[in-house]
Amino acid sequence: MDRPTLVPADTAWMLVSTALVLLMTPALAFFYGGLVRSKNALNTMMMSVAALGFVGVAWAALGYSLAFGEGSWFLGGVSRAFLSGVGLEPQGTIPQLLFMAYQGTFAIVTAALVSGAVVERMRFGPYLAFITLWSLAVYAPVAHWVWGGGFLARMGALDFAGGTVVHINAATAAFVAAVTIGQRKDYARQAILPHNVPFTLLGAGLLWFGWFGFNAGSALAANGTAALAFVNTMLAPAGTLVVWTVLDLLRSGKVTAVGAATGIVVGLVAVTPAAGFIGPMPAIALGMVAALPSYFALVYRARTRLDDSLDVVAAHGLGGTVGALLTGVLAAKSWNGSVDGLLHGNPGQLGIQALGVLAAIAWSGVASYVLLAAIGLVTSLKVDRREEGLGLDVSQHGEEAYADDQGAILILPREGTAAPAAVPALAAAAAEAGRS
Amino acid sequence: MKLVVAIVRPEKATEVLEALFRADVQGVTLSRVQGHGGETEKVETYRGTTVKMELAEKVRFDIGVSDHFVEPTVRAILAAARTGDVGDGKVFVLPVEKIYRIRTGEEDRAAVTPVQVVAAGRA
Repeated sequence: MDRPTLVPADTAWMLVSTALVLLMTPALAFFYGGLVRSKNALNTMMMSVAALGFVGVAWAALGYSLAFGEGSWFLGGVSRAFLSGVGLEPQGTIPQLLFMAYQGTFAIVTAALVSGAVVERMRFGPYLAFITLWSLAVYAPVAHWVWGGGFLARMGALDFAGGTVVHINAATAAFVAAVTIGQRKDYARQAILPHNVPFTLLGAGLLWFGWFGFNAGSALAANGTAALAFVNTMLAPAGTLVVWTVLDLLRSGKVTAVGAATGIVVGLVAVTPAAGFIGPMPAIALGMVAALPSYFALVYRARTRLDDSLDVVAAHGLGGTVGALLTGVLAAKSWNGSVDGLLHGNPGQLGIQALGVLAAIAWSGVASYVLLAAIGLVTSLKVDRREEGLGLDVSQHGEEAYADDQGAILILPREGTAAPAAVPALAAAAAEAGRS
Repeated sequence: MKLVVAIVRPEKATEVLEALFRADVQGVTLSRVQGHGGETEKVETYRGTTVKMELAEKVRFDIGVSDHFVEPTVRAILAAARTGDVGDGKVFVLPVEKIYRIRTGEEDRAAVTPVQVVAAGRA
């Protein structure tokens, strides 16, 4: 191998890609935020926004080193903790510092994905603790297995941009969190409807846009593989959207907007592990096939007791699994120059892919549970019923998404300014009358 | 004839409606209102501005009923709207002088007695 040198074109593309992937986290905030009730809109969006800070800092402090530092088959080391030795020297053909930032955006959005299973009920403090620790204890090891030279990489598991590392990993944690924290009090007792479907469509659109950086950026260069991944990222969700639309039509005779937004995300998830390994027509087929399990899992899940509120398991878990397995089927040496899948005479690849999926589910399931149980020992994970009824925007954040200034009395910074006394007096009179 | 006016928590509105339907009370008007009761105020902060929210979102039910329906109606509301915390709301029962059904011109008790729904209306 030649001595690594920086390539300006690659560096330019990766700068753009990093920004694109970072945008996916606020995009997810809109996608998730639109799907909840208005009294929980800010809380849901903050669950994604907060990851930008907490996971971002954790990644620089330790996560990057655990995932990409020199280490064992299981975990990187602490040699690059606090970015020691992470400078402008080439990592591949781009500065290592940029590589670190690019990978950091993945850790952030993966942690934020988990929130979809616990919205409208999880206390915000324990949530922050959970995603921060989760990014170190769960995300970093799995990223190391696949991309940091860990055992899945050595076995030849294919995960171009993170079907296993990001989506199956997040979905498993989401499942565990939904079960551990429990249902919303209204779940399966009342209709819980999305409060702003246009937000969800906006989020899906911005996710798609950011996903070009996620998948095409995973080539880590401005080359043909990036172009392949880019085109597949355009075509596979298109296939999913078509099939999702047809399924909606067959089932209810109407094409739903929430369904379209969901279909787009499922297609993006499914093509993630395959993006740089398969041809464009197979990518459309992959997107189409991926619609089926997720669609029916969504319909089925709503009838179960599992309050995975925004269907992280159905969309990301199943979409990611279908994508990971189909990567082992559809991979073509003629496109990726290195590995063939089942269809091109290499059935063993499918087994390796399946093993990767199972390994991620096992680790994420156990470690996520341990983290939640540990935090649950220190403090309660869930808001009480009264706070849940009031909404988490007010109870957790002291803000409302759609505040009304009627009845909002300014608290002036200086003490002693007469607050309007008339209204409390009325309340006192009512209490005196012996009624509540 | 009475007019039952109930002010309840918005998150309890659906439960109240279901309870009313179970008690065979079918004629209901619902509005979103804001009010102040004995509940503790919510303090909210937007950048440097801190406010006390003195008005809470409530849902108001207006239900015209004949006399023998007053008690089941009120009982359904009390059971469905109660959380036990301050802010659960009120039920008022008011005398009503006259009721007319606009479609037929029926008066009083006949006007608040539900009609048999025609099959075509449900189809």
